[in-house]
This record gives sequence, structure tokens and C-alpha cells, in this order.
Amino acid sequence: MNVLSIEHVTKQYGDYKAVNDVSFNVPKGSIFGLLGPNGAGKTSLIRIITRITGADSGQILLDGVPLGDTRIRDVGYMPEERGLYKKMKVGEQLMYLAQLRELDKREARKVIDHWLEKFEIGSWWGKKIEELSKGMQQKIQFIATVMHKPSLIILDEPFTGLDPLNTNLIKDEIFKMNDEGTSIIFSTHRMEQVEEICKDIVLINAGQKMLEGKVNEVKDQFKKNQFYIEYSGLTSIQSSPIFDVVSDDNNKALIKLKSSANTNDALANLIQQGSQILKFEERLPKLNEIFISLIENKPS
Amino acid sequence: MNKVRLVAWREYLVRVRKKTFIIATLLTPIGIGLMAFMAGYFASKGGASSKNIVFVDESKIFEASNPESKTHTYHFTDKDINEIKENYQEKYDLLVHIPPFEDMSLKKHQVRYFSKEKLSVVTISNLESSIGKSYKNHKIEQSSIDLDLYDSFNTKIEFEDGVLLEKIAAGEEDAAKSGKLSLIIGTVLGGLMGFLMYMVIFIYGGMVMRSIMEEKINRIVEVMISSIKPFQLMLGKILGVGAVGLTQLTIWIILVPLILIVVQLFIGGNAEQSAELVELAQNMNTGKASLDGFNVSQIITEFNSLNWGLIIPVFVVFFFGGYFIYSSMFAAIGSAIGDDMGEGQQLMIPIVIPVVIAFIMLQGVLQNPNGNMAIFGSMFPLFSPIIMPARLAFDPPIWQVILSIVILIASCVFFVWLAGKIYRVGILMYGKKVSFKELGKWLFYKA
Repeated sequence: MNVLSIEHVTKQYGDYKAVNDVSFNVPKGSIFGLLGPNGAGKTSLIRIITRITGADSGQILLDGVPLGDTRIRDVGYMPEERGLYKKMKVGEQLMYLAQLRELDKREARKVIDHWLEKFEIGSWWGKKIEELSKGMQQKIQFIATVMHKPSLIILDEPFTGLDPLNTNLIKDEIFKMNDEGTSIIFSTHRMEQVEEICKDIVLINAGQKMLEGKVNEVKDQFKKNQFYIEYSGLTSIQSSPIFDVVSDDNNKALIKLKSSANTNDALANLIQQGSQILKFEERLPKLNEIFISLIENKPS
Repeated sequence: MNKVRLVAWREYLVRVRKKTFIIATLLTPIGIGLMAFMAGYFASKGGASSKNIVFVDESKIFEASNPESKTHTYHFTDKDINEIKENYQEKYDLLVHIPPFEDMSLKKHQVRYFSKEKLSVVTISNLESSIGKSYKNHKIEQSSIDLDLYDSFNTKIEFEDGVLLEKIAAGEEDAAKSGKLSLIIGTVLGGLMGFLMYMVIFIYGGMVMRSIMEEKINRIVEVMISSIKPFQLMLGKILGVGAVGLTQLTIWIILVPLILIVVQLFIGGNAEQSAELVELAQNMNTGKASLDGFNVSQIITEFNSLNWGLIIPVFVVFFFGGYFIYSSMFAAIGSAIGDDMGEGQQLMIPIVIPVVIAFIMLQGVLQNPNGNMAIFGSMFPLFSPIIMPARLAFDPPIWQVILSIVILIASCVFFVWLAGKIYRVGILMYGKKVSFKELGKWLFYKA
């Protein structure tokens, strides 16, 4: 079951194709990474999903139903370029946004109080936004995004400008909401965060989809048959018909298996060479490497 | 629709609660009152203050006419001019020397005055004309023409509205107004309403523009339009600021007359100095359109007999119509400018030009309120909000009023729609220098 299905979506500005025939699915209840370098078309795509702009062609299904104006409550969006009314008070601002997301006044007041309490900033109700630091404003922005309990939350670079403590605070809330069944789209180019948080990803570049799948499957797909080894009993390991030694330093080596070989052959060979194997682990590529190699190999 | 109301309400509250709004709303009438007070004060205490004037009238023509002034005190002396010149200041403010006048055929006579201070133009003109009058009467007497006969040479021509007179004859009491007075009131009222519209367009249109720029610069607009359609957001802003304008104008319309009345009470001496001006106007006998010769009760009756039942609602319609058309243009420009005000100047041109043209046309329209230019001006939707209200006091044909309103409303819808198309693209566009060509392209982008 998919919370969101993007089907052949294209968006053109003048002669420039910002989004070019992109299709992918966001599974329900997942934390989904929408990845791509700067200018890849992430924001254009998100703007189509959030109905800020419309697609030139293609369609988007939310919970299997084509996107319409009646579903505003179902999506929460935190744009990368954040902004709040500087002169407005925290409480009024949140009340206003909550009501625009179709909460009634009483309901809005209740959830806002709840969130302010949760972040231990209950006393901020009467403070003007401009009196808050950037990080503090970001917390308010996060509350504004999630307070109406949307079934899909889209976060564009949610952690920029936050200190590690607040990053964890927000991260925990994201996980908590995800546990409660909320689907989350997480748009970023910070790959270490993606590896830590996301289960599924799609990678787009120059408006086109490059890659889609579960994080571990993607890594599998791009692994280079390399293994870490820690050993003792020898000063170094020799390359063999079964594997090449990529690096070997201080009894820690990286080997690359030849295409026909399997891990047992490699182990047998290593033992034969007289080493005592302490650790033998497949080296999976970092998303960062996949990201860079994909984008560099396919110039736009 | 609910959301539009929510946006409008926020825009309204944010502005109305601002200290600057409260100060501006209260200070403007007080400022107008203060200006009226100062003008009155200076006029009464300054230039036209009452003077003690002594005349050395050698041929006694002026003295013989027993002249009187409402403002000044006149004294006559037989002393020699060279003698009194030295010490007139002890008792008098002003010494006037009228040399002998012998040759009655002369058309010019030079009179000298001595004063510590320079005299005001009003005082000089007043003296010139009252001395001149006495000379004229003297010459008439000398020439043995009967004064009454001479006076009968002057014929005052009065234009009256034939249609109106026939209506009065037919017993239609509503029509019982003196044509000229209603024209004067119409002109003043028309000019005032036209000017008010001109102010409204720039003050509140500008407010809409700044409000939109603020959202764009603060980058909140993306958060907003993921919850509300851009068009709704724009409409909400225009409505909210429009309500602010209406509030402010209502307060002013109540406060300004109140304060002016208070000022009037404070400078009671006012009447005395204005007497001098009235005197002057009568002496100069210019015959220009002015309110002289009509008493206050006549003016009030005339004012009341204007068709307020039509003027007020139609003015309100044009207030909103003009406001909608121009503020939606301001909204479109505001969305396109973003962060650089200077860059936006050239985009303002299409707003400024029609307003200025309409304002220039206004003068001509007031002179000929049912002429071709007036009719064109009240149909063309960019001009009609300024021109049509100005014509209302002149009883324009009702079909013109209705047609003008129909065109206005259709244009409102069109302009708001057009602005919406530019707005929804503009507010998301950053760091791009915007030209008219670019704006034109935005009209055809898909939503």
C-alpha cells in the first residue's frame, strides 16, 4: 500500500524541464528519502505534491486518490526556505496556521498547547517570532508542520541550523510519529542522515529519476564485492586468483573478490596463507558514494 | 471561502492593532485640525491684523466719503505730512498720504504710505479699492451724472437652469434649488471625492503590495500556499486591507469635521479677519464663482437637497471598485518584485500613469461634468473610480452611472483574476529580474 504514487509527472518552466517524467511510490508508514543534488528538481516535485504548483502532465495519488483541494489536512510540509510572520506572536501564528489547515479553534488551541508543552516552551505563547533565535523558530516551524496530524509529512532539510540536541529532539519526534503510522518524506542531500533515518529512497538528478528502492537493496545493487578483514599471524596478505588486495595496513585489509569467487573460497585462501581471521565483513557502499558515482557517470 | 475570511481577518487585525495605524488614524485629523487652527491663527493675528491708520488726505475726497472699515480704524489729520511723518508711530500703525488731486480727467493717482512693516497685499488692495471707490463716486458727482443712473449701467447677468425652473413651476419641490449654488457645491464635493479616491488607491494599494512583499521576503509564502490557494491568499489580503481602509476613512470622516468644529470655536476671532477678505472680494467685484452672497442656511439646504441616497452608495461602490482594480495591480507587482524595491519602480509605471491621467482629467471634468471627456472618463474602468464619484453631485444621467458600475465590476473581476495569475507565479520566483515580458509569460503558465 502506498501513501503516495507519483505517475509520470512532468513540470516545465519555459524551456527548462524541472521535473521530467518522474514516477515512484512512497510506501505507507515509511520514512522515505527524496534525494538529489542542488537543482535536481526536488523542490519542484515537492511543490507539485503539496499543490503549490500543478504538474504539466502526469498524476499524483494520495492514498490511491488523485490529489485534490479537499485533502489539505492530509499533508504537512516544512519547506527548506523557512519563514514565519516575524511580528506575530508564537501562539497566534500557530493558531492561524492551524485554522488554515482546517482545525477549529478549540482543537487548534489544544494541539498547540500540547506541542509547546512537549518541547518545554509553553511560556513562548506570547513571544514574537522575531524575538526567537533561528533554532527556536525552527521548532515552531516544525510544530506548524505537524500539528494538524497529517498522514503524510514532507520535510525539506529539516535539520539545517539545529544544534545536535535539538536535532535529536526533532528526530525522535519524527520516529515517534512514524511509529504511529505517519508517512514521512525526507528531502535532503545529507546522506549520513538518510542512512540513519530512511528505509526507502529515490534519487533524482536533472529532473529525472536515477534510482529507487529500499536502502539496503540499493546498497546491495551497488556493492563492489569488497570485504573488510582483520587478522593476525601475518604481516600482510597476498593477492590471489580468488581476490585482489585493495589495501592492507596494520592487519586490517580490504579485499575485492573476483567475480567468480565466493566468500568461502576467499576465507579458505586467507587461512591457507597462514592468517588467523578475526573479522570478515562485507563492505557495503555508502549512499554518498552511490550518489556521487551515479551523478558523475550520467551527466545531465 | 472560510480561508479567505481567515486571511482577511488576520490582515485586518495585524494592521489595526499596530501602533503606527492607531497613531496615523488619530493624528491625521488632529493634524488637519492643527493646520486649520494655524491658518486661522496666522490669518487673524498675522498679516491682516487690525491697524490704526492715519490719512493725510489733501484733497479731502476720501475723507468726505466717510469711509469705514470692518478691520481697521481710520483717522484723518490736517497736519503737514512732513511733520506727522516723524512721529505718527506714537499713535498709529500706518500713515497714508493722499496728495492733492486736481485734474478730474486723470485715471491714475499715486498714494504713499509709511509703515514700520511691509503691508500685506490684502491690506493694500483693500485700501486701494476703497479709496478708488470714493474717487469714482466723487468724479460721478462732479460730472453731474446721477449716481443711481450710473449704477443702473451695471447689469448683472444670472444664468439659470431652464429645465430646473420648469420643474419648480410644475411644483416639484426636490428640484427647488438655485442652480449656481448646487454647481459650486458639486464642484467642491466632486473634487474632494476624486482626490479621496486618488489617496485611497495609493495608500491602501501600496499597503497590499508591501504585505505581499513581506510574505515573499519572509519566505512564509510557501508554508501558506501549501494550505491555501494563492488566489485565496491574495484575495484575503486585498479584502483585509480594504477593510482597514474603510475603517480608517470612517474614523476620519467622523473625526475631521468634529475637530474642525472645535477649532472653529477656539479661534472665534476668525470671523473678523475673514470679513476683510470678504470685503476685498466685494470691492474687487470679480464675479467669480464663490460662496459669497449665499448665506449659510442656503448652503445647508442646498447640501441637504443633494441626492445623498444615490451619492453615498455609489461612492462606496466606486471606492471598492477602484480599490480592487488598483490593489490587485499592486498585488501582482508586489509578488513580482520580492526583495528589491528599487527594481520594482519601473513596474509601478502602469499603475501610476492611469491614476495621474485620471487626476488631471478631473479638473476638466469638473468644469464640464457632462461633456464627452467626462463620459469617457466615467466608463473607462481605470479612470472611472476617480471620475465618476466627482460627477455624482452634478446629477449625471442614471444610465451612465449604471453602465459605469457594470463596467467597473466586470473589470474588477478581470483584474483580480489577472493579478491572481501573475501572483501565483511571482511569489515563488526568487532572484530573477522581472520585466513586463516576463509578467506576460506568467499569465500563461499552468497552475
